[in-house]
Amino acid sequence: MIRLLEIEYIKLWNNRASKALIISYFVLLSLIALISVIKLPIGEGVLLADMGIFNFPYIWHFNSWVAALFKLFLAIVIVSMMANEYSNKTIKQNLIDGLSKKEFILSKFITLVSFSLLSTLFVFIISLSLGFIFSNDTELSIVFRDLEYLLAFFIKLVGFFSFCLFLGIFVKRSAFALGFLILWLICEQVIYGIIGWQFSSWNTAQQIKNLLPLESMQNLIKEPSRRLDLVKAVGNQIGADISYDYAVHWYQLLIVLIWTAIFIYLSFLLLKRRDL
Amino acid sequence: MTKINPALKQILTVNNLTKKFGSLTAVDKLSFSIEKGNVYGVLGPNGSGKSTTLGVVLNVVNKTSGNFFWFDGSTSTHNALKKVGAIIERPNFYPYMTAQQNLKLVCKIKEVSENKINEKLDLVGLLDRKDSAFRTYSLGMKQRLAIASALLNDPEILILDEPTNGLDPQGIHQIREIIKKIAHQGTTILLASHLLDEVEKVCSHVIILRKGKKLYSGRVDAMMKTHGFFELKTSQQNELLQVLKNNTSIGEVKTENGLTTAFLTEDLNADTFNKFLFENGIILSHLVKRKESLEEQFLDLTNKN
Repeated sequence: MIRLLEIEYIKLWNNRASKALIISYFVLLSLIALISVIKLPIGEGVLLADMGIFNFPYIWHFNSWVAALFKLFLAIVIVSMMANEYSNKTIKQNLIDGLSKKEFILSKFITLVSFSLLSTLFVFIISLSLGFIFSNDTELSIVFRDLEYLLAFFIKLVGFFSFCLFLGIFVKRSAFALGFLILWLICEQVIYGIIGWQFSSWNTAQQIKNLLPLESMQNLIKEPSRRLDLVKAVGNQIGADISYDYAVHWYQLLIVLIWTAIFIYLSFLLLKRRDL
Repeated sequence: MTKINPALKQILTVNNLTKKFGSLTAVDKLSFSIEKGNVYGVLGPNGSGKSTTLGVVLNVVNKTSGNFFWFDGSTSTHNALKKVGAIIERPNFYPYMTAQQNLKLVCKIKEVSENKINEKLDLVGLLDRKDSAFRTYSLGMKQRLAIASALLNDPEILILDEPTNGLDPQGIHQIREIIKKIAHQGTTILLASHLLDEVEKVCSHVIILRKGKKLYSGRVDAMMKTHGFFELKTSQQNELLQVLKNNTSIGEVKTENGLTTAFLTEDLNADTFNKFLFENGIILSHLVKRKESLEEQFLDLTNKN
């Protein structure tokens, strides 16, 4: 296990592009803190931080949602770490040198799990610090409420990165794999559209869409701003009902975990079946 | 307790191995075995299945049928490969990493210590360039780095697939010298090539393939089944042909550009033959006894079958 992680570490850390992307990703994550100094142009100017976005336990939801926006940086790293093995043909050499195909996939998988774990830890520490600075309430029972958003964040990243890993193996070229990712995003909408339009009610179509990989990852952490008092107040004034289900549900986690298993298994199967 | 003779230790056994790419049969029911201490050449024209065969035993190409096993067959292929050093086709390394970083990675994969890196880099003459990125290397240097990498674990067998392909004369010479040096140390080598003189120079055994089928496998010298031939020149051409016709040791006779080639049907040394001709009144201006080169043997064999 440690050996496999070391192997990936040597491959990634000596690559300047990957190193730069990894560092910028974690720097960007820490920059979430800067949101606190954003002033909204309302009246005298209101600090965003004073609007309750950093209140416990809401902060767990808000920060994990914002942090997940940056996942594309690591997605590029993961797609290219896989696709480069093909373009440099180093995957062939790795196997000849005595790495088994299983170990090869496992080394990539534990790397992406480590990335996800590290990101989660990062978000945890930043949120905790920001919360203690800005939150109205710092009672421990409230501080550690709703931590399931962090679990959702972790699962979401693992699922998304597994999808990227699979695309890297499937397409073998980084740029095309990322293109395929965008294509798939559109495909899910098209599938939703066609089902809703031709085959069933829009409600059923939405439920089917919820099962698709990218949509299910999207659903894990809902957009948080509609929970804010200010936004709710505005909504009430214009008479719109903006209440929604923002909780993390176990079945949503399960769907993403199943997709993760499928992607990793398919990656392994592709590698096993293909002649290099 | 019976001791297995270490000189006869099996390194690789291949039984009825077949690989099909769609309708094309790249390797056709191939069987052979590799024993410790010998230097093997796998010969065959381009597309004869050499690289595919090596790809299968090296875990990168899936076989269609048949089987193979490394050593006594008790370890999995990928674990066995940790005791093998192999380079197939082009040298594949991470272009952005230095020679040393690349070799460190190989050590991690093979689970061997890193203390041999400098020694092996020195062997292939790359020690002073160990901190340069792989992408800055010339093809010859890349190929030598690949050899260093294959030797990191002091392998039981070194497998080289077309190691001199695409190299300039100096590069070819350097690689050959390295191979000779390694063969000299008693390492088993399997060398796939379509360059026959390359194989002739270093190999003790050959396996000859054509269209995925084995035409011959065994010792190089045993392959030279013929007794050789004489090249003769004389001013008494007609008398010479007459005398040759009456000699039972001589089979086929060919004359080309005034040079007569007489093929032997049994062993006959040049002294005796010269004496015999002289006694028959024929005086030679040119007499050479030769054996067919591996190249001639090979062409003969591949054309016949």
